[in-house]
Amino acid sequence: MNCIIIDDEATSRTIIGELCSSYKNLNVVEVFSNAIEAIKYLNQNKTDLIFLDIHMPDFNGFDFIRTLKDPPYIILTTADAEFAIQAFEYDCIVDYIVKPIKPERFKKSIQKVEGKLNEKVTATVTDKKKQQTGDDFYVNINKRLIKIDIQSIYLVEAKGDYIYLKTDNKNYTVHSTLKKIEEKLPDHMFLKIHRSYIININKIIDIEDNSVLIEKDVVPVSRSNRPELMKRLNLL
Amino acid sequence: MKEQANLNYINSLSGGDKSFEIKLFSIIKKEFKIEKNIYYDNIKSEKLKLCSENVHKIKHKISILGLEKSYKIAEQHENNLREGNSALQDKFSDILNNVTNYLNKL
Repeated sequence: MNCIIIDDEATSRTIIGELCSSYKNLNVVEVFSNAIEAIKYLNQNKTDLIFLDIHMPDFNGFDFIRTLKDPPYIILTTADAEFAIQAFEYDCIVDYIVKPIKPERFKKSIQKVEGKLNEKVTATVTDKKKQQTGDDFYVNINKRLIKIDIQSIYLVEAKGDYIYLKTDNKNYTVHSTLKKIEEKLPDHMFLKIHRSYIININKIIDIEDNSVLIEKDVVPVSRSNRPELMKRLNLL
Repeated sequence: MKEQANLNYINSLSGGDKSFEIKLFSIIKKEFKIEKNIYYDNIKSEKLKLCSENVHKIKHKISILGLEKSYKIAEQHENNLREGNSALQDKFSDILNNVTNYLNKL
């Protein structure tokens, strides 16, 4: 994670730099004593995180944030607690640390940023999968390409070299693997609940012990997949 | 009785790394001296708003040295100065002298 430090006090810059040096994944690429120089830098470079002092002459921390079109994550560092409420107005502000910054408090802040970055990566991967999957796909049955509407699928069952595809209208036997079809199905709609079964979670009727009733089929749920299934249900 | 400075915070940062401690003290000494002189210049010229900015920076160094009571006075002095009130000037000068003496001994 690349970061920059903006603080008009050399003492603060040195302390934040030292705190960052304890984290292998935190790389301080630039240090600035004023916000103007940092804006020039950010016009040509990207960073994941900014440690930003609020209280700076001429151009304070909030003025600086307002100049950024696509701000990275920001940790505010300040000697005053009085600006905390204002900080909530900005989505990019991950944390607000009051000086002198204690190592354990700094650690919490870094963990918050790491959490945010992980959320971002997961969201990007999900979006990519969504883009790749689309609304339908084609299967080859007896030299004919048949269009399958993804939303209509409620169950996919593996049977040897074939998969059994059950939809609202019709069932199909296709020469393929569960893994291949899993790649075509959107994660938010489908879940592998057993090594031989993928289900459309929107079509579940009920769940009892280690099985799921989906349309008229009773499908086993393996012990290892059950926690994920429970997590995905909108429980009251 | 004057409040005693301590190195608890700096030790928690350095984890015993003497070279970092030396580097940090050198920066604090240099910066404190400059900020203190600017503060006194602004007091002389009665630029109280600027004085409050100076106190703001100085108070961080006061907190780094573990001077908790002095920090509270500095904080109050900063707020007062922002409103044009320099009533705590003498008390703050004592704090500046205390910090100066401590840093000179290091």
